[in-house]
Amino acid sequence: MERKNLIGTRRLWQLISIIFFFGLWELAGRWPISLAFPPFSTTVLALLRMTADGSLLKAYLSTLQPLVIGIVLCGIAGIGFGIGMGLSRSIEWFSLPIFIILQAAPMAAIIPLITYIYGIGLASKVLAVVVLAAPVIVMNSYKGIRNTNPSLIQMCRAFLGTRRQEVIKIILPHAGALIFAGLRLGLAMGFIGIVIAELMITPTGIGDLITYHSSVADYPEMFGAIASIIVLAALTIHALERLERKLFPPEVRGS
Amino acid sequence: MSAEAIVEARGVGKSYDGGVEALKDVSLALPRGKLSTLLGPSGCGKTTLLKIIAGLIPPSRGEVWVKGMKVEGPGPERAFVFQDFALLPWANVLRNVAFGLELRGTPKEQRDEIARRQIAEVGLSSFESSYPHQLSGGMRQRVGLARALAVDADIILMDEPFSSVDEQTRRKFQEELLDLLRHKEKTVIFVTHSIEEAAYLSDQIVLLSPRPGAVSRIIHPNIERSGRNPDEIRRDKNYLDAVDEIWQILKQYVA
Repeated sequence: MERKNLIGTRRLWQLISIIFFFGLWELAGRWPISLAFPPFSTTVLALLRMTADGSLLKAYLSTLQPLVIGIVLCGIAGIGFGIGMGLSRSIEWFSLPIFIILQAAPMAAIIPLITYIYGIGLASKVLAVVVLAAPVIVMNSYKGIRNTNPSLIQMCRAFLGTRRQEVIKIILPHAGALIFAGLRLGLAMGFIGIVIAELMITPTGIGDLITYHSSVADYPEMFGAIASIIVLAALTIHALERLERKLFPPEVRGS
Repeated sequence: MSAEAIVEARGVGKSYDGGVEALKDVSLALPRGKLSTLLGPSGCGKTTLLKIIAGLIPPSRGEVWVKGMKVEGPGPERAFVFQDFALLPWANVLRNVAFGLELRGTPKEQRDEIARRQIAEVGLSSFESSYPHQLSGGMRQRVGLARALAVDADIILMDEPFSSVDEQTRRKFQEELLDLLRHKEKTVIFVTHSIEEAAYLSDQIVLLSPRPGAVSRIIHPNIERSGRNPDEIRRDKNYLDAVDEIWQILKQYVA
């Protein structure tokens, strides 16, 4: 009963928070603080219009393509590389400084350079996603491997486990949760990467919707497009977080 | 001591990088089928010595012989029980107990059957499908013990196995350990810093002096255990004498 009450109270406050935020938006739009700032209700209507005429769907199909390709590439190569760094000292020493710098650097700054080298096609956008997402995916995989409980490794050796068994039966399961968390954070970075790419390289997909509607002063549509990508990113990341908790419950993940 | 030595340390020394000397010229013989304790103040290198015998840490000087073979690494005739249990958090009790056999490539049915028997022996039959986080510290250590028994090694090496369980569990576990070992032809090497525990359990107690650890005295408590209950043993004159003798030696090391 106590717990049920607590959840009820939590839901209530979350609802209040949402109403408060959108209410404020509505008020600010109606004030208006700027002619270019539409109220919440108008934005929602514009979003519905774009959904109905199919322009939103079309935009997302083209936006999600480089995002998915980029994340899959990072997922395979980045995780592989991170695991390599965790398992081999030479690979670690060779590449750790690079990834520490990449992780700290404002990678968006090199997107103009990417355009200069790879032009304005799909490759550039994929690369923009990769450049932003890869460091956190690699670093998380590396840390996941490196943080394996040394006592479990010793146990494996004491019971005559080979190095191969040590990796497959101890180190990888142990690192699973952190690797998955890396993918989730990588996807969040990938969303940033793709939006920057579509705004800075060439307007396609959702970036095109944003720039086009802003250029013809359809501000509700522009805000609708922006809100839609924010909501999509937030929901996807949240869903992954829930999946992560289901796959790797904190009490059995061991780290 | 008439029993032949199953483990022999000859001039074993261990220095760590930076010049810390953990063990110095340790020579001792541990008799087959008996319970020997390595006892000493913290920092005397008793765990290091145990891990050298286990083949988990190479000695800097000297050598260890087990069953007439020089120790170069872990071997099938030795099984280790860890102070922090070292259980796989993502595996249930059955898989944890069978893990040593799993590493050796024993077929699943066979190793599960052996594991079930060992789980029953340590009194955890109804917990086969529980996970370590669902068990108390005492129960986790029973899992660790069952895992060591499952690989059917002649020598069980126990590294302060009861140090992280409460006093009641500890006493109960000590009694059960004696009970369990009475029927098996196992040699047990037990590391502890508890004088009472050492005197209560051991046929032979190796007292180590603090850093660098060296053999200070070897005591044979000579307590008649068969057919007597724990309280009788704890009132036995030889038990009390052993406790007193150990304390007289150890107290000079207490700063």
